[in-house]
Amino acid sequence: MAWEGRAKGCDAHLLWGRLILGDDERMEIAQSESGAVGRVEALKRKANQIRLSAMTMTNHSSLGHTGGDLSSADILTTLYLGGVLRVDPEKPKWEQRDRFIMSKGHCSGAFYSTLAARGYFPREMLKTFMDPLSMLNGHPDRNKLPGVEANTGPLGHGFPIAVGCALAARMRGEGWRAFVLTGDGELQEGSNWEAAMSAQHYGLDNLVVIVDRNRIQQGDFTENTIRMDPLAAKFAAFGFAVEEIDGHDHAALLDRLLRVPFEAGKPSCLIANTIKGKGVSFAENKPAWHHGVPTKEQLVMAAEELGLKGVDDIEVSL
Amino acid sequence: MSGVSLSAEVETAVKLFDCRDAYSQTLEAMAAEDARVCAVVNDSVSSTKLKGFQGKFPERFVNVGIAEQNMVGVGAGLANGGMVPYVCGASCFLTARSMEQVKVDLGYSKWNVKLCGMSSGMAYGELGPTHHSIEDIAWTRVIPNITVIVPADPVETAAAMRYSLEHVGPMFLRISRMPVPKVHGDDYVFALGKAPVLHEGDDVTIMANGVMVSRALNAAKLLEAQGVRARVLNMSSIKPIDKDAILDAARTTRGIVTAEEGLMAGGLGGAVAEILALHHPAPMRMLGLPDVFAPTGSAEFLLKHFGLTAEGIVTAALDLVGAK
Repeated sequence: MAWEGRAKGCDAHLLWGRLILGDDERMEIAQSESGAVGRVEALKRKANQIRLSAMTMTNHSSLGHTGGDLSSADILTTLYLGGVLRVDPEKPKWEQRDRFIMSKGHCSGAFYSTLAARGYFPREMLKTFMDPLSMLNGHPDRNKLPGVEANTGPLGHGFPIAVGCALAARMRGEGWRAFVLTGDGELQEGSNWEAAMSAQHYGLDNLVVIVDRNRIQQGDFTENTIRMDPLAAKFAAFGFAVEEIDGHDHAALLDRLLRVPFEAGKPSCLIANTIKGKGVSFAENKPAWHHGVPTKEQLVMAAEELGLKGVDDIEVSL
Repeated sequence: MSGVSLSAEVETAVKLFDCRDAYSQTLEAMAAEDARVCAVVNDSVSSTKLKGFQGKFPERFVNVGIAEQNMVGVGAGLANGGMVPYVCGASCFLTARSMEQVKVDLGYSKWNVKLCGMSSGMAYGELGPTHHSIEDIAWTRVIPNITVIVPADPVETAAAMRYSLEHVGPMFLRISRMPVPKVHGDDYVFALGKAPVLHEGDDVTIMANGVMVSRALNAAKLLEAQGVRARVLNMSSIKPIDKDAILDAARTTRGIVTAEEGLMAGGLGGAVAEILALHHPAPMRMLGLPDVFAPTGSAEFLLKHFGLTAEGIVTAALDLVGAK
């Protein structure tokens, strides 16, 4: 395949390592770990690997969205590796699959790393991030990459698409669900609230909206830009059953996402309170890291803080 | 209704049709045959003539309210879920209000969604430029992967609807509410990218679509009386466009008149000019709207105002062939 050639052509000096679990480990952590504690620990470690992977990709392309990659990594890990999404990477077009729409498509570093970790495509492909003719566009393209359900990037597109997916499942009398991950700044787009009204009207309890509430958008904190609070109350007023949790707490994420819908007959909204740049001190809660590009030195620092340096499955080589 | 003179007038008049009837009846028939067919509307249940569909297939009828961005996104999601959604609304709002969704969720994503733009062009004449949809062809035509069809009459509307279900990919169908006569026989078969020849001639070619096709045929009759034989092509398939027919017209007739109910820039005139400029420059006249919004008035008034009549076409054709 074309990506193999591209991967080989990557700059060898880049900080690539075995950032993603190897082939033999590409299975759901939910299945491979015994006990809830072990599962949560495995998800945490996996999420940190995805964080470093995303940062490495951003370093490679000199473009990317580090802050949101890091804030959403725990949510994505829980969905794909925690046994929440009923999907089959061997059959990405399986008709009965749950649909996950990555509405915050700019956080493609974390999204692609998660898809690779789940086994949708070889992790080597991550090395082609934003390269000329790469299948890994800056923003996801469903026609290029298995596992991508919708082309996203412009904000406010994923929520309506997820509503359509949920309606399709209902029309077909099938039990699959639609999940959508939106940013919080993204919710300033009016199309989301159009979608919310229709989700309520049609009582789509097979729809789950997850908000990566990291409180920062491109230029500033959300509350300095256009106030989003009280966000839970907004969703509740729009007819959603709302739960609010620490979006970095895998146990809480698992607990909520494994028992959707929160209320029969209502769409579910999970507000995941997160920290933009989570896990890497120099990036945490700093608007400048919305699309900050880490240097190689910063990657090494990040690896240390994420507890990955020295771990067997990481090879940091500059 | 009981007056004798009125009855006589009705009997002698050409029977006219609202193409929305053919579209909605065909959609209902397709939904009865194919469980994937569903409809999405933005409140406009009556103006999209889908009350019947709603009654027969309530579980496959989605009204998102007055929310066009959501409407197109919902269409993409339904297609993701294996349905074939017909997303229907007044063309002016369907296209303009949701343009980025049309670009990203349909064109770029290639979802199998059919946009049915009702009451396009200047059909809502009196309501003014906010409700005119003179730009819809230009807007949809420039987006990669989107097929654009402008049916001329009820027969072609039904045929194009049938075709749309076989075609996999996003499509824009521009369906007028302006009464038009039949220009195709009931055995007409729609072929994408092919321009049916409705009147043979080799002096000049008239290319029209939508409500302008019957006017083009009337123009051909008027020209015939003056000894000018006009070829009339129905350019219902705007994208893909029948390049061969355009080049043949350029080679074998003395020039081409395009006639459309919308902006010439980016519309049929623009599309034909692009082909001619690159492959076979030929004399051309364009009829349609120049770079202006239309004034207010009935649709018929506005067509006359912009010379979009049989007489206007005749004048342009005679100008092309060098007649006085």
